[in-house]
Amino acid sequence: MSHAATTVPGHDQSHPELGFIRRYVFSLDHKVIGIQYIVTGLLMALVGAALATLIRLQLGWPERTWPLLAQLLPKGYAGGVMAPEFYLAVVTMHGTIMVFFFMSYVLVSGFGNYLVPLQVGARDMAFPLANMLSFWIGALSALLMIASFFVEGGAAAAGWTAYPPLSAVATAVPGSGMGQTIWLLSMAFFIASFTLSGLNIVATVFSVRAPGMSMWRMPLTVWSYFIASILGLLAFPALTAAAVMLLFDRHAGTSFFLPAGLVVGGRHLTNSGGSPLLWQHLFWFLGHPEVYVLILPALGIACDIIPAFTRKPIFGYRLSVWCLVAVGALSMVVWGHHMFVSGMSPFTGEYFSIATMTITLPMTVFGVNMLASLRGGAIRMGVPMMFSCAVLALFGSGGLGGLYLGNATADMQLTDTYFVVGHFHMMIGGVTLMATFGGLHYWFPKMFGRMMNETIGKAHFWLTFTPFFIIFFMQHFLGIQGAPRRYYAFTAYDFLRETRIQNLVVSSCAMVLIASQSLFVVNFVWSLFRGAPAADNPWEATTLEWTTSSPPPHDNFGQAELTVHRWPYEYGVESGDRDFADQRVPPGRVPVTA
Amino acid sequence: MSTQTSVFHSSTVALLFAGLGLGGAWYGASIVMPSLASRHGAGIDSMLSYLLVTTGILFVAGYCALAWFIWTGARRRRIDQRLTRRRTEWLVSGALGLAVGLIAEGGVLAIGMPVWSEYFDATPPADAVTVEITAQQFLWNVRYPGADGQFGRNSAAAMDDVSNPLGLDRADPAGRDDVVTQNVMAVPLGRAVRLRLRSKDVIHSFFLPNFRVKQDIVPGMTPEVVFFPTREGSFEIACSELCGLAHYRMRGFFDVLSPAAFDRWLAEQATPTAGGPR
Repeated sequence: MSHAATTVPGHDQSHPELGFIRRYVFSLDHKVIGIQYIVTGLLMALVGAALATLIRLQLGWPERTWPLLAQLLPKGYAGGVMAPEFYLAVVTMHGTIMVFFFMSYVLVSGFGNYLVPLQVGARDMAFPLANMLSFWIGALSALLMIASFFVEGGAAAAGWTAYPPLSAVATAVPGSGMGQTIWLLSMAFFIASFTLSGLNIVATVFSVRAPGMSMWRMPLTVWSYFIASILGLLAFPALTAAAVMLLFDRHAGTSFFLPAGLVVGGRHLTNSGGSPLLWQHLFWFLGHPEVYVLILPALGIACDIIPAFTRKPIFGYRLSVWCLVAVGALSMVVWGHHMFVSGMSPFTGEYFSIATMTITLPMTVFGVNMLASLRGGAIRMGVPMMFSCAVLALFGSGGLGGLYLGNATADMQLTDTYFVVGHFHMMIGGVTLMATFGGLHYWFPKMFGRMMNETIGKAHFWLTFTPFFIIFFMQHFLGIQGAPRRYYAFTAYDFLRETRIQNLVVSSCAMVLIASQSLFVVNFVWSLFRGAPAADNPWEATTLEWTTSSPPPHDNFGQAELTVHRWPYEYGVESGDRDFADQRVPPGRVPVTA
Repeated sequence: MSTQTSVFHSSTVALLFAGLGLGGAWYGASIVMPSLASRHGAGIDSMLSYLLVTTGILFVAGYCALAWFIWTGARRRRIDQRLTRRRTEWLVSGALGLAVGLIAEGGVLAIGMPVWSEYFDATPPADAVTVEITAQQFLWNVRYPGADGQFGRNSAAAMDDVSNPLGLDRADPAGRDDVVTQNVMAVPLGRAVRLRLRSKDVIHSFFLPNFRVKQDIVPGMTPEVVFFPTREGSFEIACSELCGLAHYRMRGFFDVLSPAAFDRWLAEQATPTAGGPR
């Protein structure tokens, strides 16, 4: 990847020439670090997708044997049949890898690192060394997580939520041995890395914006990273604490999460005084803000892509910013809606229902603003725009699904069913995935100086979005039929007999979805070396990153003085032969409209 | 890219969204929930039906609007109107946001909250059938208090998976008439059911799909649920919180019998192998 990110010699006065290692491996340049995150995340996504394949093979064809898989994975597929404990490990690792090591890396840390300094007109992040450190701690945690597949008992199998006692007692499930310990250690490293990276983004937005770049002139992408990073900083420490406490419960004999009188597999435990519910509160105190940490940047990215392809300003910019702020604040106080039937007081259930319904208001307004931004535009349906429309579509359907789960009454029937699986895949799986693809197509020319192939991109969109929508839309209705999640098979119950064909359809679509990602891999790699050379501003967009070369030099904007004169959505104006004015165009040339 | 193919291409994308919206609604309308068998479940079902109809309409409207904006936008060479006045923006988004909010919140508060209170605030009627469920990997231990209406003492220390899974104190007279079964339980139609839920090892969740009953069983806590079956039949119990490798087949049976049949059933369970697994 790195070869294309070469700095222009002589153009880059403020940074000395560096050797290969300092330039591409242990780099301090936020752009290189951003790309490192993106590439690491995409590689982890391949692992996560492979795990998804195993899940869907099992659920689509529960009584088939798989001789080939038995040869590849002799322990997981003894005799060609998937072992239930291996299934649980696969489900757990799929969730963990996709949420933390794919979405958080690519979307939050990757694009966040790459875009925030460029879009606020900074020369680098506020703390470049800390930035490098966060990437390498993050890479270490990813390696640890992968390594856990190869230890005694296999990878963690208590679900990505790791509820104790299942995750606390080594004999409760095979993966609860060494695998779970490594899982917790890896999460602790991950959080350290992610917190450091979030701190950097917040500091960058606060302290190194270019002259003239007031908060009300920041693109929605920057706003979304700013809010998401604050959320991450506030929420993640709860999970760090919980992970350390759980490690103590597992290895030092404490009882933070273990009550008295446990008899696991016939063995009497001596713990007493702890509560498994405490873990759930700590986990979801992080877990709920975390979904906004992921989804806000996805929405921000779509909001910056859309105007470049409708050629008109985004609708309701300030209102959307306030929505982001409101959502950020409210997301800290709604975690209990993951726990309606956990046994916590029913009164808190009422509170969390109402709080959760309140958060739908700013999210709805935000969605309406996005939709209204399309109205009346002169739409060019490029690949980034296709994916941005998919972001909007999945955000709409996922948001409506949230109304079911956010209220305690309906949630009683739907919690822990496939309705939940469908819902969060649409939101933190789909909205984020579509934004990732949209963003990669959109900023690829800036990152590597070459365009991605449009034709392959379009085919990839059709073969990604369509099966994705079908899979997770149908899963909502599997949940309405009562199908519980994390089931190895739906064969043991009469009331689930009807779901057989639907699971077959879901699995078939999943195979199409996963196979078609090879189109993206081919497009990505091919375009790196053979893509058409990119202009500095191929999309005729207005934000600051498009005013510098593709790829930008190490200090982003070279020697040029950088002053910002206007908001980021100056589309549809008279500016010579162009219909837009980038943020550096002074008011004397084109009037400032917001 | 020529204008013509571009319009064609955008139009196919517009049709994709419209098609998925309409197709999704068509598929969703064909799905039915597990047949209902409890009184409070009717409230949950009406909450769900309300949401299915309202969000279904919003979903189709939203996808069709998206498709329409793409369809018309692709045919437009110059943008319509550049900026909307800020007041209009606030009015449009505010009104739409508030409308959706009212639909969601209004429905949830008006329909949902009373059901939630009915379910959780219910004082169990005096004649409720009390049953204790003790979950363990991977089965449901069921205990009835017997004629005296009192459960005998038990303790975790005395639990033994082979001889005494519930750790019953054999010396306690209150426990002598307790009836214990595994994975099978029955209740009489016409009386409320009061379940005391416990777990020996990890978190399980007691799920009766037909009764709209789902309660996590966190070890160390003893949650209770009260509900009212409305018809006879044999129903399934599922575990809905990941509890280990056989989570997917932790199946139990919940039979609603006529009062006479229930008495006969309970007597049968009590006689030969009282205290032991069936």
